[in-house]
Parts: sequence; C-alpha cells; structure tokens
Amino acid sequence: MGVGIEVSGLNAWYGTNHTLQDINLNIPANHATALIGPSGCGKSTFVRCLNRMHETNPIARVTGTVRIGDMDIYNDAKPVEIRRRVGMVFQRPNPFPTMSIYDNVASGLKLNGYKNKRSLDEIVERSLKNSALWDEVKDDLKSKSGASLSGGQQQRLCIARALAVDPEVLLMDEPASALDPVSTSKIEDLIFQLKSQYTIVIVTHNMQQAARVAEKTGFFLNGRMVEFDSTHKIFTNPSDKRTEDYITGRFG
Amino acid sequence: MTRIRFQQSLDQLKENLLVMAGLAEQAIQRAIEAYRVRDLSICDLVSRSEVAINRLERDIDQEALDLLAMEQPMAIDLRFILSVIKINADLERVGDSAKSISERVRNMEQMPAVSELPVDIPRMATLSAEMVRKSLQSFIDADPELARAVLMMDDAVDTMNRAAYKSLTKVMEEQSHIAPQALNALMICRALERVADHATNIAEDVIFWVEGSDVRHHKSVLAQRQSTEARG
Amino acid sequence: MARNASSFRSKYRAAADHIVTGLATLATALVVVPLVAIFVYLLLKGASSLNLDFFIKNPVPEGESGGGMANAIVGSGVLLGIASLIGVPIGIGAGIYLAEFGRGTKLANAIRFTADVLNGVPSIVMGLAAYSLIVIPQRHFSALSGGVALGIMMIPTVARTSEEMLLMVPDMIREAALGLGLSNWRSVLSITVRTASPGIITGCMLAFARVAGETAPLIFTALGNAFWSVNPNREIEALPLQIWVYATGPYEDQHRLAWAGALVLIVLIVLAVSLVRYVTSRGVLKGAS
Repeated sequence: MGVGIEVSGLNAWYGTNHTLQDINLNIPANHATALIGPSGCGKSTFVRCLNRMHETNPIARVTGTVRIGDMDIYNDAKPVEIRRRVGMVFQRPNPFPTMSIYDNVASGLKLNGYKNKRSLDEIVERSLKNSALWDEVKDDLKSKSGASLSGGQQQRLCIARALAVDPEVLLMDEPASALDPVSTSKIEDLIFQLKSQYTIVIVTHNMQQAARVAEKTGFFLNGRMVEFDSTHKIFTNPSDKRTEDYITGRFG
Repeated sequence: MTRIRFQQSLDQLKENLLVMAGLAEQAIQRAIEAYRVRDLSICDLVSRSEVAINRLERDIDQEALDLLAMEQPMAIDLRFILSVIKINADLERVGDSAKSISERVRNMEQMPAVSELPVDIPRMATLSAEMVRKSLQSFIDADPELARAVLMMDDAVDTMNRAAYKSLTKVMEEQSHIAPQALNALMICRALERVADHATNIAEDVIFWVEGSDVRHHKSVLAQRQSTEARG
Repeated sequence: MARNASSFRSKYRAAADHIVTGLATLATALVVVPLVAIFVYLLLKGASSLNLDFFIKNPVPEGESGGGMANAIVGSGVLLGIASLIGVPIGIGAGIYLAEFGRGTKLANAIRFTADVLNGVPSIVMGLAAYSLIVIPQRHFSALSGGVALGIMMIPTVARTSEEMLLMVPDMIREAALGLGLSNWRSVLSITVRTASPGIITGCMLAFARVAGETAPLIFTALGNAFWSVNPNREIEALPLQIWVYATGPYEDQHRLAWAGALVLIVLIVLAVSLVRYVTSRGVLKGAS
C-alpha cells in the first residue's frame, strides 16, 4: 500500500546554488502526482530529495522536512533504509548489464542478503507481471542479460527491479522520455495500474502525459513550486499566469 | 515570444469568426429593416447571404478542428477554440432566424395589410439586435462584464415575447379574419426571441473563455449575486 | 569553369584519401612486422632445441650438453604467483579508491602521481629496493624478495587500468544500485566492479605479461638457482634470468637453450593470458556488454 508524502519548508543547495526554495506540498497516497516545469526548474532535484539520492553529490545540502508516511526521512532513518521504501526509475533505462533478467529484478533483494530462493522466484515473477514484462521474457529469465532487451522493455525491467523490493512510493524521473510512443503508452497504462498499490510521483516534460496519468500536478519554476492542484484545473484553468504561460507554450 | 505561428493562427481564427459575425449581424439588421419598410428586395439579400454564412460555418469549424488536433492547446487557448466553435454555431442560427424573419415578411406582403397589431415588434427587434451587437463586442474585447450585461438583457426580451404570445393569440381567437397576419407576427416574435437566446449563448461562451467559469445556468448565478448584494 | 574546379577538388580529395589510407596501412605494418619477425626468428632459432628434456630436466653443469629449464619455468611460476598476490589486490584496491571513493580528492591525486612515478622507475632500481628492504634484513636471497619486486612493479598498471575501467562504468548504473537501497560499498563491489571486471582483468593481464619478462629486478633478489626449488625463502630460478645468464655466457649449448627459453617464455605468457580470457568469458551472458 502506498503512503502519503508531506513536504514542508524544503530548501536544497548544490554548493552555493539555491536549487529549491521553500517547497511545501502534500502528495496523496495511492495517486499519481505529476511534476512539470521547464528545464532546470528543480523538479528533478526535488524528486531526488524524496529518496535522499541528491546526497550522492557531495556538495548537496538540504533543510526542511520530508515525511513519508510517518517517517521523517532526514532525521529518523538512514538513506539506505529510505531507498528501500522509496523506489526510483530513471530517465534512461539502466539495467545492470552483466546480470541476467532474473538477477536484475532480484538484485535489490539478493544484494541485500535475501536468501530464500523459492520466494525470490515468486517475487521476480510477480514484479515482472506487475510491470507488464513477464510474457515477453519468461523463457529467457536467466539466459539473457538485462541489456539485451529493447529500450521499452529495459525500462519495464527497471520498473520491475524497483517493484521487487516492495516500496511504498515509486519515483519516476521522466520515465518515458527516451522511449517511442508505443512503449510510452505501455508505461502509462502501467502507471495507471500501479497507482492502486503505490504512491507515484512522476517528473515529466510531456504535459499530455501528465494529463493522461496524474490526478494532481505541480508546476515548478526557478526552484519554487508555483502551483499545485488537480491536473484538470492546471490544464484547463490554472490560477497562476506563469503556469498558464508555461502550459500554453508562451515564453518571453 | 514562443509559439508565434500558433498565436497567428488563433488571431486568424478570431478574424474569420468576426467576418461570420458581421454577416450574421447584417442579416438580422436587414431582416428587421425589411419588416419595417416591407421591402422585398431586402428579403432577397438576406436569403442570399445565408449561403455565405453556411459556408463560413463549415470553414471555421474545420479551422478550429485543425488547431485542436495539431497544436494541443491548453487552458485559455483550449477554452478559446471551444468558444469559437460554439459561437460559430450560434451565429449560424442567428442567420437562420434572420432568414426566417424575412420569409415571414414576404408572407405578410401577400396578405392584406393590418393597421395595428398589439405588439411592439420594432422594440423587440432593437433589443435583440443590441444584444447581438453587445455580445459580439464582448467577444472582440474579451470583456466578461459586457457579456454579463447581455445576460441581464435577456429577461426583458423574454417578457416581451410572452406578452406578444398572449395578445396575439387573443387576436387570433377574437379577430379570426386577421389571424394569418397575427400568426406571422407571432412567428417573427419567436424568431427575435431565439436571436436574443443566441446572443445570450455567445455571452456565456465569452465568459467561459476568459474566466474559465461555466455560467450556463446564469439565471441562478445572477439571482445568487443579486441576493448576496442585497444582503451585503 | 566551376565544374572543372569542383571536379578537380573531388579528385584531389580522392587522392588525399588514398594517400592517408596508405600511410595508415604502412604504420600498421611497421608495428606488426617487427612482432611477427621476432616471433618467427625465435621460432627458427629456438624450436630446434626444444625437446621433452627442456621441460622436465634441470640445467646441467657448465660445459656439458643436454639438460633443460624445468626449474626456471616453475620458478617463474612461483615468482609470478607471489607478484600477482601482491600486485593484483593492491592495484585493484587502489583503482577502486581512485575511481569510487576518492574522486577529486588530494589524496587520490597523490596516489595517482605516485603510481605514475612508480611506473617509470627502472626495473633494476626496483630490484635494488627489494634487495635493501628484504634481502639484507633476512640475510639471504629469496623468491619472496623477487616476487615482491615484481609485484610492486605490477601495481601502477593494475591500479591505473582498474581506475580507467571503473570510470567507464556509466554513473547511471551506480545510481540504479544506490536507488535500490544498496549501501555504497555493496554498490561498488557487486555492481560497479562487476561491470568493469573484463577491463580490470585485462589490466591485470597486461601487468602480468610485463613482469613475466623482467630480468633486472631478479638479479639481486631471486638470484637464480641451479637446482629445483619452489621454496619462497630460498633462491629461485626464473626463465628470463636463466635466458640472460645463458645468452651472455660462452657456451654454445647454453645459447641454444636460451633461444628455446625465449620462445617458451613468449608462448607461456600468451597461453596464460588466453586461458584467463577463456575462463572469464565463460560466465558472460547472451547480449551482455
């Protein structure tokens, strides 16, 4: 089951660059929330603050609170624990190239010491089914490497890998931007199905995609969140002129 | 400024709609004039402009459809195009009403003239034409306040129409020898009332475009506003 | 007029293309030909002295004929074993530190600089260093000191190639591992290193092949041993050492054995590298990069 995310007073810096300024929002559980905004507006940084991935950069710094469910992720837990509750799918599919499809999906569990072979098989199968990839790979699980699949399949493999550790939240950073329209549609349909079990946050440049999959949408501009509302309102009658300028493509 | 070509396409769409509006408004003005002076040649003009109006309606709808499909408009652009499509349809109906009025006038010429019918068609006509003028002006200026003023004028026309119905049916019952003329007059009143309704629709569409609010049950909205103003 | 000009230009371009291709082919030949020539020459000079005795017999006293280089072959094996045990773990460890944990730090720069300097140290100086540090305190020569000298010579190559190969692993792989909740060291070992392992192994093989033929470091450390010995604490014989001694000696028999030894040395190195390649490629999956 998914959990809600409460963000209050979040500020982020990369060195002296004040990348995120005073972000406040509540992301509802078991819904998909889209984050839109021009390049460099901070939406990717924001999402990486939700699973403390921005800390992989040594000059990154954060103040404020992020609560995922009832856990304050900056004070109550270590990054490694957070990342097992909050999964992430990246813009370019990145399966582990030396591992088979099976091992890729199981990697989050196996490399954390999980040993039960029988339930590992079940978990791999369930994750691949949940990411709509099972039928295409079920005969090649251990014989083909993760990198031998097509782009769209690789991305679904990465989704399966993220789902296998049973997170409560799934963060997706432009998951379909490197894919063709058919693969994109498959991923979008997938998000629809996954919503009922996970809380999904999806960063996207493609507004039509946000409109298709997300109930709520947040518009980021220059490190601030300008507007956060139902997707329907944002795209038919946004409250802020800056939001409107962005979604109608009028800049300058 | 980005999307210049798109903005130009929107401006062009607005221009074309205004041409359509001009034709429709002209048709109504002519029909009313034909009634006033009983000039059959004007009736001919109205009938012929009907062809141009119908063709423009098709063209504007096609242009709007293309913009929807090719440009993925959002928010205000989307509302604008949607409003254009609806106003387009209302303008075409206004043209139809104008044609209907001119047919009634033609009909009346073939009957013996009647001195006085208990109905003030010129006043109704002026009011309806003014509503059309104002609703189109509110579209040109993107002025929701002017549009709201048009909505308020509809009651007056409705009232006049209901009164005309009462008095003309009475005439048809009691003075059956001039029943045909009375019936014609009644149908002209009906056509003018429909013109007023279309003007109202156009005003509602302008408010939807500019403000994003759907005021189609405007009578209750206006009543609410009047009652809050009275209280406050 | 214009047409003539453009056709002249295109003819010129075609001619330039041919000339450069020819030069490149010539350069390739200049590289390959000496290699092939050396090998063929060795084959011609050494193959005739190869017999079973070469591989199973120890050297006979000077002046006599017959005998073999069995102890040298085995001795090289022992020395290279010790060297690898030192050079490979330290080298890979340094490479991992440079690529994964110390990126951009002053310490990493210092390590890299040190490795480059170490790489440039003449091999005989390396031998002298091992002599001072191990042979003198122990008061005897040993395979151990020779192995240490060779091992230290392996470190820079292994470290630098490991670092390069690890840096070639795309960051998005690391991110994927971290995003799954793997700890940093777990991500480095099980994902990054594993992805870079073909390249790392190549680096180890390069270092191995280089030290396998080194003679100078062994002169004051392993010293050489006329008899069969695999004891790391005693003097030990090595192929390159033996070849040098025989080649610079006055005896014709020994010269012939030296040629054979040189041939065998090259062949053994090639075999060792190929074996490692084969074994490591067995585990690679269909379509893996």
